[in-house]
Amino acid sequence: MSADLWAPSASIETLKQRAAILRRIREFFYARDVLEVETPSLSAASVTDVHLASFNTTFVGPGHAGGLPLFLQTSPEFAMKRLLAAGSGAIFQLCKAFRNEEAGSHHNPEFTMLEWYRPGFDEFALMDEMDELMQLVLGVEPATRLTYQQAFEKALGLDPLTASIEQLKQLACKQGFADIAQNETHKDTLLQLLFCMKVEPTIGQEKPCFVYHFPASQAALAQICEHDTRVAGRFELYYKNMELANGFNELTNASEQAKRFNEDNAYRAENGLKQVPMDTRLIKALEHGLPQCAGVALGIDRLVMLATNKEKIKDVIAFDVQRA
Amino acid sequence: MANYSTNEFKGGLKIMMDGEPCSILENEMVKPGKGQAFNRVRIRKLISGKVLEKTFKSGESVEGADVMDTDLAYLYTDGEFWHFMNNETFEQIAADEKALGDSVKWLVENDLCTITLWNGSPIAVTPPNFVELEITETDPGLKGDTAGTGGKPATLSTGAVVRVPLFVQIGEVIKVDTRNGEYVSRVK
Repeated sequence: MSADLWAPSASIETLKQRAAILRRIREFFYARDVLEVETPSLSAASVTDVHLASFNTTFVGPGHAGGLPLFLQTSPEFAMKRLLAAGSGAIFQLCKAFRNEEAGSHHNPEFTMLEWYRPGFDEFALMDEMDELMQLVLGVEPATRLTYQQAFEKALGLDPLTASIEQLKQLACKQGFADIAQNETHKDTLLQLLFCMKVEPTIGQEKPCFVYHFPASQAALAQICEHDTRVAGRFELYYKNMELANGFNELTNASEQAKRFNEDNAYRAENGLKQVPMDTRLIKALEHGLPQCAGVALGIDRLVMLATNKEKIKDVIAFDVQRA
Repeated sequence: MANYSTNEFKGGLKIMMDGEPCSILENEMVKPGKGQAFNRVRIRKLISGKVLEKTFKSGESVEGADVMDTDLAYLYTDGEFWHFMNNETFEQIAADEKALGDSVKWLVENDLCTITLWNGSPIAVTPPNFVELEITETDPGLKGDTAGTGGKPATLSTGAVVRVPLFVQIGEVIKVDTRNGEYVSRVK
């Protein structure tokens, strides 16, 4: 530990701006009668998502002399859905989320997330509401919208929904990613590589841009679209080379959700990743009945970076991981 | 040589790329909220000097390069090789023109230079930040002129050409910053 790093990584002036943004966000939701909630940071289960790594710890104390394994949550999604199933109605939360293995100019292993859920909304109604929040906080013009297919095709001239893995490999090689592409066996990895490196820089430069209808294979916790089963009710918001938010028309089907968790763990087993216990309380809540709803998670630190014109995430948080 | 995972990437790390030793300049993690993480890395190839951008899948490993820097005193050149010596062990190493590159114009006898060795062979020579060299050729300047004016070109004993103030004359020794090739001062 270096004692020299005692001082904050963000300026006090930036922290004041940050506080003002948090206040405006809370007022936005109070005015719309969305209930503020708090859910556990430590939970007995975690996400099975193969690309997320949780921190874990052990509680030792009354009732748990032998130790209770707990995970720091990568997002408050599961607990918030249990509240929705219990009849909470529209809810929002501003909280810390924790992700191991992530650090960089846009990542800190501990970060602040705004997550909210709207029963009765589909992903398009939620995009509308989010757009209003962006205009309020960033003073930007209304966002543009593109389907994943449109954004990909426009930037790279290939239809991501019909392209074969061979075509994607060829395209990735042509774009300078031969080392990764040659041995890649997952179509989604190639899509993510090309989308991150080549599509994102072409969208949302002037005003925020929603990309919706992500491929069904990257649905995560979103419903598959009825009109086209190749895509899911999942959207992302991009602005100035920053991925700001991820939203879903939420999957409410308990058995489909359990199936996806099991598939994740099967992939983990094949690829030498740790098994993650499935959140059976979430599954039970879905069985009890999750109202049809849309939900979205937004990275507050990145939002503050955009609002204050800062290049690095450490410039907007009091103490980044190097100083924590 | 050890392998390095992307988590060990940082500025200055030496790795092998396309059969050439490289030095990492910058390393940035790029990761979508839902999806595979990548490392976008800026790399300098140590032999060609080329700087390029390279993307790795996070978690991958790359072969390290056996590259080390050593400070050696410059002795002499035989026209084909430039000879350097370790002042403690008296061990000598000869570097060729390719390893020398532009550094050849800043070599002063007995100055300590940094020699970059790859698998024991020199691939780069970095002169000290400041060297003192004699002026062999320059236009006569006006007496009383100060360093503030535009200056004039002067050729040094090694063939290097630097801009010097008008008052500096042939035969004088000057101090030069080798990193930008700029005149610093006269040496009395």
